[in-house]
Amino acid sequence: MSPERRQFLGWGVAAAGATLAPGFMLVELAQARSPQEAASKLQRWGLLIDITKCADCDECVTACHEENGVTGHGRPQTDAQWIRKVSLRDKRTGYAQTLPLMCQHCEHPPCVDVCPTGASFKRDDGIVLVDKHTCIGCRYCVLACPYGARSFVHEATSGQKPDVPRGKGTVESCTLCVHRVDRGDTPACVEACNKDGGKAMAFGDLNDRDSAIHKRLRAEPSSQIRADLALNTGVRYQGL
Amino acid sequence: MRIAAAIMAAVLTVAAHADAPKPRIERGEACVAPTGEMRRDHMDMLLHQRDRTMRQGLREPRFSLKGCVDCHASRETGSVLGKDGFCSSCHEYAAVKLDCFECHSPQAQKRTAARP
Repeated sequence: MSPERRQFLGWGVAAAGATLAPGFMLVELAQARSPQEAASKLQRWGLLIDITKCADCDECVTACHEENGVTGHGRPQTDAQWIRKVSLRDKRTGYAQTLPLMCQHCEHPPCVDVCPTGASFKRDDGIVLVDKHTCIGCRYCVLACPYGARSFVHEATSGQKPDVPRGKGTVESCTLCVHRVDRGDTPACVEACNKDGGKAMAFGDLNDRDSAIHKRLRAEPSSQIRADLALNTGVRYQGL
Repeated sequence: MRIAAAIMAAVLTVAAHADAPKPRIERGEACVAPTGEMRRDHMDMLLHQRDRTMRQGLREPRFSLKGCVDCHASRETGSVLGKDGFCSSCHEYAAVKLDCFECHSPQAQKRTAARP
């Protein structure tokens, strides 16, 4: 982008800011990216999940699998799973919690380290993806992921969504709904949780100091799952 | 001799053309590039765009596979595959394996398919 255009856009932001509620407007603009603009290192997409609000439902799982056309064959052992609800129970006190678990979009993803073909990669904006064109289905990444987030497609698939290609012999996982993020929407799980679930999930740019998610992470306690691995996950939890 | 060869060549050409698929152009005035260029280079355009979209998140509409499918899907089946499918008919004739659609959807998106 030329400096002139950047400046022009800056003025546009300033002008829009005068007419709209500033915080809200900035988040919206930060998410919209033109199709001609590559994903940038300036952004890092992430989730903040408050599990004290996480209701006893699976709206996020249903919405994810609907959005991405992830259909099973009634074989839970081998069916693909992009997101799942995990139940935790303190054995001493009996305190039970439930949380959604998916690809944590690590800054240092082990799945990328082990991939022999470079198919498993991290996009500049922090989204960890599988390039199925080069995936050979070796499943090293499935073993390397400490969160068990990756699935292998064992059987021929049909009825894929136009935005979400899926095929036999490749590995797949949560894409943070990259096709939605690229057009400025939030991931399907977040949308469903805020509509029909416990309003526990928030999506945003972890690098943007003005984003709601950044403000919350700055002001409130949060944690990473397996923080000991120092992977710097893009998905953060509260109330864990 | 020369005349015989010419007749032979003419017969072969006619025979070849009789078998050749004639993909129907479903909508739009023109493709993203001239027909000759599309015939020769569509695979390279798709390959190039594939990496840009996958790796950099550039979803430029010009060479997007989804765009091809939305325009070229048959009105009857809504798909680019099948006996008279835009993609499959030529690929079958040329004996070139087409494996885009083992993963990608061969169906036009509903909102585009409904548009006249």
